[in-house]
Amino acid sequence: MTPTSPAARPGDRRSAEHHPTVFAGARIVDPARDLDAVGSVIVAEGRILAAGPEVLNQGSPEGWEVVDARGKVIVPGLVDMRVFLGEPGHEHRESFASASRAAAAGGVTTLVTMPDTDPVIDDPALVDFVLRRAREEADVRVHPMAALTKGQSGKETTEFGLLSEAGAVAFTDARRSVASSLVMRRALTYARDFGALIVHHVEDPSLAGVGVATEGEFATRMGLPGIPREAETIMLERDMRLVALTRGRYHASQVSTADSVEILAAAKARGLDVTAAVSINHLSLNELDIGTYRSFLKFSPPLRSEDDRQAMIEGLASGVIDIVVSGHDPQDVETKRHPFAEAADGAVGLETLLAAALRLVHDERISWKRMVEALSTKPAERLGLEAGRLTPGSRADLAVIDPGRPWLLDKAELKSRSKNTPFEDAKFAGRVVRTLVGGRTIHSIS
Amino acid sequence: MTSAPSNPTFAFPHRHLLGIEGLSHLEILALLDKAEEAVHVSRQVEKKKNVLRGRTQINLFFEASTRTQSSFEIAGKRLGADVMNMSVASSSVKKGETLIDTAATLNAMRPDILVVRHHAAGAVHLLARKVSCSVINAGDGAHEHPTQALLDALTIRRHKGRIEGLTVAICGDIVHSRVARSNILLLNALGARVKLIGPSTLLPSGAERLGVETFTDMRKGLEGADIVMMLRLQRERMNGSFVPSVREYFHYWGLDQEKLAFAAPDALVMHPGPMNRGVEIDPEVADGPQSLIAEQVEMGVAVRMAVLEALAEHLPNA
Repeated sequence: MTPTSPAARPGDRRSAEHHPTVFAGARIVDPARDLDAVGSVIVAEGRILAAGPEVLNQGSPEGWEVVDARGKVIVPGLVDMRVFLGEPGHEHRESFASASRAAAAGGVTTLVTMPDTDPVIDDPALVDFVLRRAREEADVRVHPMAALTKGQSGKETTEFGLLSEAGAVAFTDARRSVASSLVMRRALTYARDFGALIVHHVEDPSLAGVGVATEGEFATRMGLPGIPREAETIMLERDMRLVALTRGRYHASQVSTADSVEILAAAKARGLDVTAAVSINHLSLNELDIGTYRSFLKFSPPLRSEDDRQAMIEGLASGVIDIVVSGHDPQDVETKRHPFAEAADGAVGLETLLAAALRLVHDERISWKRMVEALSTKPAERLGLEAGRLTPGSRADLAVIDPGRPWLLDKAELKSRSKNTPFEDAKFAGRVVRTLVGGRTIHSIS
Repeated sequence: MTSAPSNPTFAFPHRHLLGIEGLSHLEILALLDKAEEAVHVSRQVEKKKNVLRGRTQINLFFEASTRTQSSFEIAGKRLGADVMNMSVASSSVKKGETLIDTAATLNAMRPDILVVRHHAAGAVHLLARKVSCSVINAGDGAHEHPTQALLDALTIRRHKGRIEGLTVAICGDIVHSRVARSNILLLNALGARVKLIGPSTLLPSGAERLGVETFTDMRKGLEGADIVMMLRLQRERMNGSFVPSVREYFHYWGLDQEKLAFAAPDALVMHPGPMNRGVEIDPEVADGPQSLIAEQVEMGVAVRMAVLEALAEHLPNA
């Protein structure tokens, strides 16, 4: 049983541009082919006709549009595996249309959405709804995850079979952990019958309690209730044992502590089918950035120490951490303008994901190839999506990046409907200048 | 319909029938042969035999069951026994009496045969050690239900002429099923190929060590099956995350005509009852031409007569 998942397909708005387009002289990074070389990319009829160094010096027939892409980097469009939307239920925070514009500006061509909307996406009819709205409103591709348990109550699993057939690409309770080991065991076991992927927020809710920051000196000085790192590692370790028991498919939606990297490395060494992601926030920021109770830097899991952040970067470089996500989580004044401990978690991230990731590339902590793999190729592969590659014949979802271009994040210019960014006034080097989905340009700046 | 000749020299060597486990394939065949005769008796106008005349049979059911209890009652009566039904769920157990106390009390009434159903695996074995009469297991927890397996085998043999070499698919809630366990033992003993089909959550761990193949994809599992045995899915399984909903269960593991088409063209469908139409089986299949479900009930009486008769040889003063 391998249910096919119909994604929100590009409609007419996303049909291919009339003439083939040649992006000439760009640095092409295509981790699926282990390629990082200067060459050209030819896009025709919505697909990649050719991409690579061998294409460089071939003349182009008349009528073809030739774009001088020298000095630019072309990568497969980003596949963001952890995106919260406000629709349905909280459209004032983010709609499919506004999220799509934000994604396009950030070079993200595929959004994988979280199911904790209002209502929770736990029924095939609701998956249909998400896909239909996305088709109507979004220029980028949208693939929903469905809830792991009904109403995200952590008690009864959802219809993995019927939901997969409807188009759900994975199952998760988003921000919630499944506290019951029994329910998690059954979910992993049952999911196996459909090849379904279980995506889990690894935090022991009883141990995390009312905590809002990482337990330690910083939380103590600030008077904030702490969460021990063990809330994450205990849950992650438990899940690894259950994956070993059930032989299920598992993805940790975000890890954030140094010990988590060790746990994952051991699980992978045992041959378990597990992957993990880290959010761009945990790769870029540490708890000290919270400063004077800046609620836009409140996350779940909370920001960690600098040592943990360094361990995340190393884990990403080595491949123990597979994927980088934005964790895009639009929150408005209503939910964020509160004392730190009472504010909602989360920050928007679609528009800054790539720019923040490039800091690590410019610092030579992570190679271009590895970073693009973590932002695009790996998540596509893990979810079984036709995306994340520039191989000839694949869909022309790509981003053209001006890698050194300096820019300053002006909150007012964010396309997202919510402005809760942790990178306010941040200086970045490297910006997406053009984004294509199915060969059609959905974003460009001069 | 084949009617195998019975072996008049065969003597059933056991005092109790606690499970299929421990029976040799010859003993199983002898019981089936005896049951063939009982089918014949049951179809006559004069259905009475006097093998158990003067004997007392108590049906002791700690778990409600209309079908099995009445089947044992009729079987006993046709053999001339005095049959008493005790539904213990509604009597002294509620007053705090232990299983052993109940056994001792009943034993003092000097019954000859106890037919016992209990919700706990092993309860019937425990009871058998504490009484001086013969004990028949009418189902203990998720352990065994030997007369069900025997009646299934009898039904199959009457239609297919044999058990050996047949492919039998047992589908559904295997992990909670005593019917499945007894059938696996019996079918393996008689040389059938057994496949278990169900969601992974309802397949028992270590199943492959029981001499069976397991499948989660029903269509694949049904390929080439001569017999399709459906099991009842208890509604309460929905609450424990074994399966998410009736509609999903039926979609993937409910037997309908479309899935049945993957089995052998002359495949026959069985169900131990009571059925949940629309949960594990489509009404069209349950009541269709390939269904043996009604016949299984008739064979149930015959098999229970055969078992009672076989045990009668060991009764005191017999």
